[in-house]
Amino acid sequence: MDTKRRKFLKMAGATVLAGISAPAVIRLSTQDAVASGGGEAAPAAGHGHDSHGEAPSGVRLGMVVDTRKFIEDQALLDTTIDACNKAHNIPQIPGRKSEIKWLWKAGFGNVFPEHSQKHRSKAVKESDFLVLCNHCDNPSCVKACPTKATFVVEKNGIVAMDYHRCIGCRFCMAACPYGARSFNWQDPRPFIEEYKPEFPTRMRGVVEKCNFCGERLALGQEPACVEACNKAGAQGAMVFGDLNDPDSEIRKVLDEEFTIQRKPSAGTRPSVFYIV
Amino acid sequence: MYNKGYIITGLVIFVLFVTFPVWFNGLDAGPLPKPELPPGGEKECVAPAAEMRDIHMQLLNEWRDDVLRDSDRVAVTVDGKEYRKGLQIACMQCHSNKEKFCDTCHDYAAVSPTCWDCHIAPAELAKKEAQ
Repeated sequence: MDTKRRKFLKMAGATVLAGISAPAVIRLSTQDAVASGGGEAAPAAGHGHDSHGEAPSGVRLGMVVDTRKFIEDQALLDTTIDACNKAHNIPQIPGRKSEIKWLWKAGFGNVFPEHSQKHRSKAVKESDFLVLCNHCDNPSCVKACPTKATFVVEKNGIVAMDYHRCIGCRFCMAACPYGARSFNWQDPRPFIEEYKPEFPTRMRGVVEKCNFCGERLALGQEPACVEACNKAGAQGAMVFGDLNDPDSEIRKVLDEEFTIQRKPSAGTRPSVFYIV
Repeated sequence: MYNKGYIITGLVIFVLFVTFPVWFNGLDAGPLPKPELPPGGEKECVAPAAEMRDIHMQLLNEWRDDVLRDSDRVAVTVDGKEYRKGLQIACMQCHSNKEKFCDTCHDYAAVSPTCWDCHIAPAELAKKEAQ
């Protein structure tokens, strides 16, 4: 009896030890195998990605807003916003909760909350800035959408919406660091002053935002806001083009001017740049 | 079989009740809808009429996916005429009366597609302009 118990305890102890040490032994031996193979371990994915990380290849549409021109002529803001509203059947709903905005204006502190607020120039303090969807390279709204109603168009980098799929959950609105999305709490039609016949409206219960004028680009036209600026004689107030094409106008502007993006620390890599 | 009388009478009553809509209308499905042809006199569409009757919904879905998801807005050319992909910019250009074209069949078949929640019917356009 005694010998049997002694033997049993020995066996049990050995088993427990083996069980505990096995993972460590396996890990050590596999590491040895990698080392002896001479292979250099690849850096972990996601390492070294900052807000200016690798840009996707292909056409990436972007925009530069020259805020100096808008500071000079604040009426230009409304001209531009109006052009966008007309082009996309955007309703004018009063009230901050229900308002629908694709292209709108806001003060410096709201647009660039990460930039120094103290002792700003008078012009900056008193002016509004033009804001729109940033069509990010790394859009948080797209990750949040459960139905893929919002997605990145592979061809041109536009963060697009498919209203047919939107279920109105508003996750994208919570995810967007720029407040670029609006929710239709009610039927927007009564609030649209004038219909643009070629473009649909939206319905109650969907989220909407700037589409970089995808429908106009297909016809070879510039986005409505850019066109409105140029028509108003403010050439270069808004420049639109392919960020990946080194010969594009937008790249020339970006090479020459110092630009900032909105909330770079959000890591979304916006495609809209501002000359302040 | 027990209770034969009750069961068979019950079954007959049940069948009569379920098929009520069919025999009550005298085995007639009512007058067939006659959708209005384009007021502008266009005779050709992107596909033959029979095909459009069967698959216009699939075609619209394909166009929607082409335009929105693949950014493929290249116009469809049929017999030299260009049709931009879209309900408002292609279909309604000829079939300009939604009530007399779309609605006639949709009402008859008791389907209510949600197209018009967002897409603007020509009548709706005219109403807004009149305001």
